[in-house]
Amino acid sequence: MAITTRKFDAVVVGAGGSGLRAALQLAEANLQVAVLSKVFPTRSHTVAAQGGVSASLGNEEPDNWHWHMYDTVKGSDYLGDQDAIEFMCRKASEAVIELEHYGMPFDRLDNGKIYQRPFGGHTSNYGERAVKRACAAADRTGHAMLHTLYQRNVRAHTQFFVEWMALDLIRNQSGDVLGVVAMEMETGEVMVLHAKATLLATGGAGRIYAASTNAYINTGDGLGMAARAGIPLEDMEFWQFHPTGVAGAGVLITEGVRGEGGFLLNKNGERFMERYAPTVKDLASRDVVSRAMATEIKEGRGAGKDADYILLKLDHLGADVIDKRLPGIREIAKKFANVDPAKDPIPVVPTCHYMMGGVPTNMHGQSLAGHSGGTSVKGLYAAGECACVSVHGANRLGTNSLLDLLVFGKAAGEQVVRDLAADVLSHQELPKDAADRSLARLAKLDAAKSGESVHEVGAELRRTMQLHCGVFRFPDSLAEGVRKINEVAQRAGSLYFKDKSKVFNTARVEALELENLVEVAVSTMISANARQESRGAHDRSDFPNRDDATWMKHTFWYKEGNRLEYRPVQLKPLTVESFEPKARVY
Amino acid sequence: MAELDRIRWQCRRGMLELDLVLNRFVERELGGLDPGQLQVFKELLNEQDPMLLAWVMDQEEVPGRYDQLIRRLRQA
Ligand SMILES: Cc1cc2nc3c(=O)[nH]c(=O)nc-3n(C[C@H](O)[C@H](O)[C@H](O)COP(=O)(O)OP(=O)(O)OC[C@H]3O[C@@H](n4cnc5c(N)ncnc54)[C@H](O)[C@@H]3O)c2cc1C
Repeated sequence: MAITTRKFDAVVVGAGGSGLRAALQLAEANLQVAVLSKVFPTRSHTVAAQGGVSASLGNEEPDNWHWHMYDTVKGSDYLGDQDAIEFMCRKASEAVIELEHYGMPFDRLDNGKIYQRPFGGHTSNYGERAVKRACAAADRTGHAMLHTLYQRNVRAHTQFFVEWMALDLIRNQSGDVLGVVAMEMETGEVMVLHAKATLLATGGAGRIYAASTNAYINTGDGLGMAARAGIPLEDMEFWQFHPTGVAGAGVLITEGVRGEGGFLLNKNGERFMERYAPTVKDLASRDVVSRAMATEIKEGRGAGKDADYILLKLDHLGADVIDKRLPGIREIAKKFANVDPAKDPIPVVPTCHYMMGGVPTNMHGQSLAGHSGGTSVKGLYAAGECACVSVHGANRLGTNSLLDLLVFGKAAGEQVVRDLAADVLSHQELPKDAADRSLARLAKLDAAKSGESVHEVGAELRRTMQLHCGVFRFPDSLAEGVRKINEVAQRAGSLYFKDKSKVFNTARVEALELENLVEVAVSTMISANARQESRGAHDRSDFPNRDDATWMKHTFWYKEGNRLEYRPVQLKPLTVESFEPKARVY
Repeated sequence: MAELDRIRWQCRRGMLELDLVLNRFVERELGGLDPGQLQVFKELLNEQDPMLLAWVMDQEEVPGRYDQLIRRLRQA
C-alpha cells in the first residue's frame, strides 16, 4: 500500500517542555523540524507543573551548583549518574536565564531578579539547611514555560503536527532509526515521517497505575515505541508516589492538610501513624507515610467496601480554619471525592506521580543501544520524562524535572545539530516494510469482530500495578504480579472496539495507547521483582535496606524474552570529586 | 457525529482535574447540547488549561459567555 512520506531533518515526538526545548534548538539552527503531539502543545502535561524549576541562581541567599549536585545525587539514592547530574546542575542557571530572556514571566524580587523559594530536598552547604532554589511563575510555571517555548518555536518556523499520534519507530537492518510512522487523528490517515534524526519527548506514563496524578494522555507512547523496536528500557522499577491522592480520582491533596493538623485513619478509626512514627506521626516524610498507608491496606485495615483506601480526617479543624488555611481543599474534595471535608474524611491512597526510568540516553540525549558500553542507536534521541539520563536515579527531587526538560532538551537538540553537521546522519533509504508494523497493528484492531474490551484490560492493568507493584512492595505479591501482568499483556493482544470510524476515533487511540501502557507495566513489574533491595522509590518489605555492593546498577529491560541486564552507575562526575554513597537521611 | 468525536478528543487535557471534569460532562451531557451551546463549548475548549481549571474551581471570575456552561461543568 502506498503511504504518504514526508522528509524532515528532524522529527520530535512530543510538544511538552522537553520536546519544545529540543525543537527550538533545531529550528534556530535552520533545520526542517516537525513536532508531533497528540494534543495542542500547550495542553501537554508540563502544564500541570506548579512548583517551579530549580537552579542555583543564588538570588535570595548563597547557593551554587555543587550543593545542587549533592542534593540531586543524594535524592537519587546514589542511583543517578554523577556525570549527567553535574552537567545538569552546572547548566541550570543558564537554562533558566535563557528562558527568562525568551520572555518567561518568572516571579521577581524587588531588585528585579528572579524570586526563589525553598522546595523539599534542596539544601545549602551539602545538606545543612533548606535553600531557596525553585524559580516559579506564580502557580503556573509549567504553563508559562510551554507558552514561552511554543511562541518561540512558531517564530523559528518549527512545523507542528497537532493531534497526530506517533505509532512506531522505523529502524533499518543496521538498527538505525529513520523516522516514525504516525496517524492523523482527524482523518485516521497514516504517514511516514522520514527523518535524519528522531527525538522522543513523549513524557511520562503514570496511567499504568489505578491511582495516578497524571493526565489521561500520559501513556508512555515513546517507551512502547522504543520497546517494540528492540530498544531497552532503563530503571523502570522506580516510580515516585505522593501519599495523598483522592482514591479513585488521583487528584492531589496537598501535604499542607497534614501540616495544619489533619491526620490519617484506618477502617477502625485508628490513627495508625502513631504506631509507625510515634513522634512526628502524620508529619513523617512522604515515603514513611506512604509505606504505612500501604501496609494498613495490605493487612486488611483499609476503609471502604473493598478495604482499599485510607481516610484523611480534617473536620476537627472546623470549616473556618479549613477555608482560611487550606483554600481550595473543600472544593477539590467535594468535586473529586464527593465529600465535604468539613464534615467527613477524604478517602486517599498513595498515588503515582513521576517515572524515573525510561529510554536510556547519555547526557547528550543519544539513545543507548544496550546496557554494555557507550554505543548509541544512530538517529535516535530522547529527552524529558520519557528518557532516563539518568539524573533522577531512584528518586527525583521536586523541581528537578522541569530543569531536566530544559537542560537535556537543549543538549539533545545540540547533539542532533552536531551530528548533522558532521554528516553522521542522513536520509538513509527507507526499508520497504517501514510502515508495516504500524499498519498491521491498525489492521488487526480494525478487523477484530470480537475480543477484549480496552476499558476492562486497561482497568485490570492499572489494578494489577497498584496492588502488586505500588509504593511498598511485598515479595509474594510481586511474584503474583508478574504472573498477572503477563496475563494482561496476553489479553491486550486481542483488543476489540465496536466503532471503527476513522475520524477522531478515541476508542482506537485508547487501544493503541494501551499497547504502550502494557510495555511500560510489564517492564516495571519485571524490573521491580528482580531488584532485591530498597532504594529510593523502590521499597520492598523483604529487602528493607539499600544494598550498594550488589545493586548500585541500572536495570535494562529488553522486551524480547523479558530479559534483564544491568549497567553500573556512573559514580565519576565530569570535573569534581565523586559523592560517595551514604545513608539517605534528612 | 465527527464533530462530537473531535470535541471528545479535545477534552484530553494536560491536567488530570480537567480530564475528569470534562469527560464526566461529555459522557452525560454532550448529546443534549443545542448548536449554540455546542459552539460555546468548542470555544471553551480552546481556552488555556489553568484558566479553565480556575473557572471550574470557582477561583476566578468566569466570563459571561461561559457562565452557564461552567456552572453545568461544576455540577457534572
Ligand atoms: C501534578 C504534577 C505537578 C508537577 N509539578 C512539577 C514541578 O513543579 N516541577 C517539576 O520540575 N516537575 C513537576 N512535575 C513533573 C513534570 O511536570 C513532568 O515530568 C514534565 O512536565 C514532563 O515533561 P515532558 O516534556 O517530558 O513531557 P510532557 O509535558 O508530558 O509532554 C509529552 C508530549 O508528548 C506528546 N505525545 C505523547 N505521546 C505521543 C505520541 N504517541 N504521538 C505524538 N505525541 C505524543 C504529548 O502530546 C505531549 O505533547 C509535576 C508533575 C505532575 C503530575
